[in-house]
Amino acid sequence: MSTDRNDDSNIPYAIRTHTPEKLKDALRKMYLIRKFEEGAEESYTRGLIHGTMHLCIGQEASSVGTCLSLTDADKITSTHRGHGHCIAKGADVAKMFAEFFGKETGYCRGRGGSMHIADPSKGNLGANGIVGGGLPIAVGAALSAKRLGRDDVTICFFGDGANNEGAFHESVNMAAVWKLPVVFVCENNKYGMSTSIQRSTSVKSIADRAKGYDIPGVSVDGNDISAVAEAIDGAVARARAGEGPSLVENVTYRWRGHSKSDRNRYRTKEEISDWMARDPIPRFAADLIAHGILTEAELADIDAGTDREIAEAIEFARGGPDPDITQLTRDVYTETAA
Amino acid sequence: MNTHVEIEAPTRELSYAEAIREAMDIALGSDPAVVLMGEDIGVYGGAFQVTGDLVHKYGEDRVIDTPISELGGAGVAVGAALTGLKPIFEFQFSDFAALAMEQIVNQAAKVRYMLGGSVSVPLVMRFPAGSGTGAAAQHSQSIEAWLGHVPGLKVLQPSTPEDVKGMLLAALADPDPVMIFEHKILYKMKGHVPEGYYTTPIGKAAVRREGKDVTIVATSLMVHKALAAAETLAADGIEAEVIDLRTVRPMDRDTVLDSVRKTGRLVCVYEGVKTLGVGAEISAMVAESDAFDFLDAPIIRLGGAECPIPYNPELEKAAVPQMPDILNAARSLAKGQI
Repeated sequence: MSTDRNDDSNIPYAIRTHTPEKLKDALRKMYLIRKFEEGAEESYTRGLIHGTMHLCIGQEASSVGTCLSLTDADKITSTHRGHGHCIAKGADVAKMFAEFFGKETGYCRGRGGSMHIADPSKGNLGANGIVGGGLPIAVGAALSAKRLGRDDVTICFFGDGANNEGAFHESVNMAAVWKLPVVFVCENNKYGMSTSIQRSTSVKSIADRAKGYDIPGVSVDGNDISAVAEAIDGAVARARAGEGPSLVENVTYRWRGHSKSDRNRYRTKEEISDWMARDPIPRFAADLIAHGILTEAELADIDAGTDREIAEAIEFARGGPDPDITQLTRDVYTETAA
Repeated sequence: MNTHVEIEAPTRELSYAEAIREAMDIALGSDPAVVLMGEDIGVYGGAFQVTGDLVHKYGEDRVIDTPISELGGAGVAVGAALTGLKPIFEFQFSDFAALAMEQIVNQAAKVRYMLGGSVSVPLVMRFPAGSGTGAAAQHSQSIEAWLGHVPGLKVLQPSTPEDVKGMLLAALADPDPVMIFEHKILYKMKGHVPEGYYTTPIGKAAVRREGKDVTIVATSLMVHKALAAAETLAADGIEAEVIDLRTVRPMDRDTVLDSVRKTGRLVCVYEGVKTLGVGAEISAMVAESDAFDFLDAPIIRLGGAECPIPYNPELEKAAVPQMPDILNAARSLAKGQI
């Protein structure tokens, strides 16, 4: 990074790069993600959702910062902990809740659930239930863009756990060899289920994996939306310019357990509370207020507005029709005209 | 002389490998979205010289040599198929697909269903398969039943040059992932192949020889062994009906059941391991239908032995059904009748 000082040097990157409207929307999305996850958790507790879920509370800056400058034509592949990615890429929370509730009105008509939400119309190629499953798919999407002469970039979200899958290494290598427009975004939340990166990973920083493939790798504070956005924008610009892939590591933390079965036996309460003190949402809100982008009244509006949006989404979802059981095997194959 | 003689065009013969190449040539030439991917399919021409010189005609951007990364390569093909390309992915040996099962089974096969029908995966994968080359246990398997067990995939086993060209072109026109198993012993087999574009239907068996005494349902190379057996049987006064199954999934129930209703006797011949294989499905299909009432004798399954494919040539031959096995099976069934 440049050490040159300029007039804007003490203004966070996101704030000096984006319009006030865009920044306020980014904050709104962070609120929406947080409240979506809380709403999902509550719905689960109330027995409205069957199956498990993987919540990303605490990681909102990573999702929103990564998607901040993307267009709908840009693609993402997501992970089992993907609700934040969906919302950051523009998904409708009502259709997401409907999917959670297994409704025909959900993104996947109730066939996918929490781990398979996708929204191809917004470039979201889908979450994935297989750790590392989305990595080569993202490279394939980037191959399509290059071969078909499109300028879209693919963002490949994956977790620290996936960095030890063969799919990660094969994918990064191929993208590097073929100089494909893909950005590998590792959300390092410190644990693959219960196993810490210290116990699973041979490098200190997952960004160091980039060296093995001769691509740029950078590690940033994943709870700082500006730091995330700056790293991603650089990587996306490089990808769009045909210079190939990059690896960005967003160091963050999930406040909740891995899934609903997690008893948190592998980390301390102190560690969790330390990270909760580094909440990315009030941090960004305070920055926006400090730089005159946002007023306290607007913040209150965002807070109340996202509460309302989530409540309405849950109502929409609950009232939706269940899938027709006679349609059980629909969409296994594409129905073609006889 | 004023006579006009209609001269029938001489039957054009191609080898099975040439027929595949011609299909890929037609596809590459007519659709810019088609790309070939695989290991050593470029200047090397493919391990079995199936892609041959196509790289010289279409270039390295469309005939893409992948690193030796079966999982990643298969996943790139899945991602590319999701986003606008139509990849034809060659596994160097079908055995190596074991490295890529995650992407084939968990991603390619399921993504359309998981996402509620909002996407499709127009992907063709080619698998050089089968024994008889002295390549032993990790280069000789017949794994079509593994993939035939997965809803979302279509699984083909063309047995002739004409069919392999037509079925590959049908697979490319199909919006869903299609897996084509090509027996390596067939690559050099010559046969009539129509010129230009045509498709051979997926899911439709072919009656290769009509007969009234016993039905032999065979797949891939076994079709030719069954036809040879049928010639010998005819000399004994036993008229065998030989059905080339052509598609393992979806299986052509009508053609098989109609034949069994006619002959009352059934032999299933396939190279994959006998237990839990293609023959079990054919047999169950008959047992669960009214055709069962027409059976005059128990069904016989001739499948691969319950062991890996061995190296020693005599052991290798003993590990899969041979012509005399088919002969003996058909004779034993017909015994009561002749």
